[in-house]
Amino acid sequence: MTEQHHHITLQEGSIAKQTTTLNLGPTHPATHGVFQNIVELDGERIVSAESTVGYIHRAFEKLAERRPLYQITPITDRLNYCSSPINNMGWHMTCEKLLGVQTPKRVDYLRIIIMELARIADHLICNSIVGVDSGAYTGFLYVMQYRELIYEIYEEVCGSRLTTNIGRIGGFERNFSNTAFEKLEKFLKEYPEVLKEFENLFTRNRIFMDRTIATGAISAERALNYGFTGPNLRAAGVDYDVRVHSPYCSYEEFDFTVPTGTTGDNYDRFLVRNAEMWESLSIIEQAYRKIQSLKGEAAEVYHAEVPEYYLPKKEDVYTKMEALIWHFKIIMGETAIPAGEVYHAVEGANGELGFYLISDGGRTPYRLHFRRPCFVYYQAYEEIVKGAMLSDAIITMSSLNLIAGEMDA
Amino acid sequence: MSLTNEIVQQKLQEKFGDQLTGFETPYGMLSFEAPKEMNLKVLQFLYDEPALGYQFLTDITAVHYPEQVGRELAVVYHLHNLRENHRIRFKVFTSVANTDVFTATKIFSSANWMERETYDFFGINFVGHPNLKRILNVDEMDYFPMRKEFPLEDQTRVDKDDEMFGRGGSII
Repeated sequence: MTEQHHHITLQEGSIAKQTTTLNLGPTHPATHGVFQNIVELDGERIVSAESTVGYIHRAFEKLAERRPLYQITPITDRLNYCSSPINNMGWHMTCEKLLGVQTPKRVDYLRIIIMELARIADHLICNSIVGVDSGAYTGFLYVMQYRELIYEIYEEVCGSRLTTNIGRIGGFERNFSNTAFEKLEKFLKEYPEVLKEFENLFTRNRIFMDRTIATGAISAERALNYGFTGPNLRAAGVDYDVRVHSPYCSYEEFDFTVPTGTTGDNYDRFLVRNAEMWESLSIIEQAYRKIQSLKGEAAEVYHAEVPEYYLPKKEDVYTKMEALIWHFKIIMGETAIPAGEVYHAVEGANGELGFYLISDGGRTPYRLHFRRPCFVYYQAYEEIVKGAMLSDAIITMSSLNLIAGEMDA
Repeated sequence: MSLTNEIVQQKLQEKFGDQLTGFETPYGMLSFEAPKEMNLKVLQFLYDEPALGYQFLTDITAVHYPEQVGRELAVVYHLHNLRENHRIRFKVFTSVANTDVFTATKIFSSANWMERETYDFFGINFVGHPNLKRILNVDEMDYFPMRKEFPLEDQTRVDKDDEMFGRGGSII
């Protein structure tokens, strides 16, 4: 048998480069969203990484300059689309701050229920995806049907599931139906078991621990300098939570702890998110009890009495002059908006979600800027993964909960 | 001793005298203005001074006011003292002809992308920035889209002029 050698003629100097360039994204199974990482590899170790974002930039800030306040809510849906209701509520509260609208207690509690459900849905996705990226698909598939229960509650309240456009300036578009509360009770009853089982799958799982402990770590100091907020900052040991530091929506009445980690690694981020889900459950239960204890008119109200900003009921629009006038004025943007500058922050699932709104008294914002937590902390990724194994960098990406919609705005 | 707007204002005025102007507290947040060549001095002072300690950069963005000739662009910083839980905002104004503003990346790593975003949309030239290039828009773009001279709507449409949005002209 004759020996056959196929020689490839290499260009001179072409093997001078000792490292490999690998392109992760913009569409890659590891990125779970549209963004890109170009990593320089020495074997399996990352020498350097460069992150690129902007593939789904939709010019929301520019769009917002041409929309009346109430039309901006659907835009906010599309920031962190895993927890749209928090974005919606944050936006309503920003407007309410500008307009000086006081919401009734029941509205605050209902909002808290929705926001905490959204937080659970978001953390559930993030943590189960960390599982997927470390090779454990089961948890992800298992919890999906319980996220579905949350989405059914959204659906009952506002009619949609992912991009919710839930609530209005001043409250909710309609009262919660009995079905909504039944679905909530079902969730509160069934979910603790599920979360416990989910934790059993991962928390003390030898393989999972080996993959996540001491990988993707960031120190508290660096995390603060990089503008980290939310679970990722708390995992590094800083107990900053907007709900506690600058309470909004009556969060000051609620009893909950702020879970923190110590090392800021992938495992701590996982644990902090899990612990936060338990806290959110407790907050929802407290809010539900508070709602049940309300009496008389306060037990039925679902929006503030602000006819200038809150759309009247459709049946009133068709039968009452006053309601018809307000309906037109709101839709045509004829209501007076005060001039002013407002910064309002809420604790989004990824951290401090801020709205910087400048109004010049026109019908639309003069300038609106979203402080997106994901965008701010993703820039630390290059530093975190430098020197790490490629497979650890993948888990780091999912445990930071990078949401392309929130990065690009 | 907890930090209040009055204390911060007093500290700043002791240090910088009347170079800082426009102190006000819209919706409770202390807000002031600094000359643009002083932005780093103010940031560093706010960061280092033990009684102030604004060591968390919440946000950098910009605003375009085309009618303010010579100071068309405002760069807005939101800072947070996490220990005392106190937030402040300060602005530097720059002309659209010369948009040089010193970068804050030496103090805050988080300023890197925030400034790239601000450059991308408003064309603020952050002097000393390690990697000042576009971040959300395409690299080939040759204008700064968040400036007010680029209206959102199709220019041929007549049914959606500024008048319909409460600005310019009068409502009949």
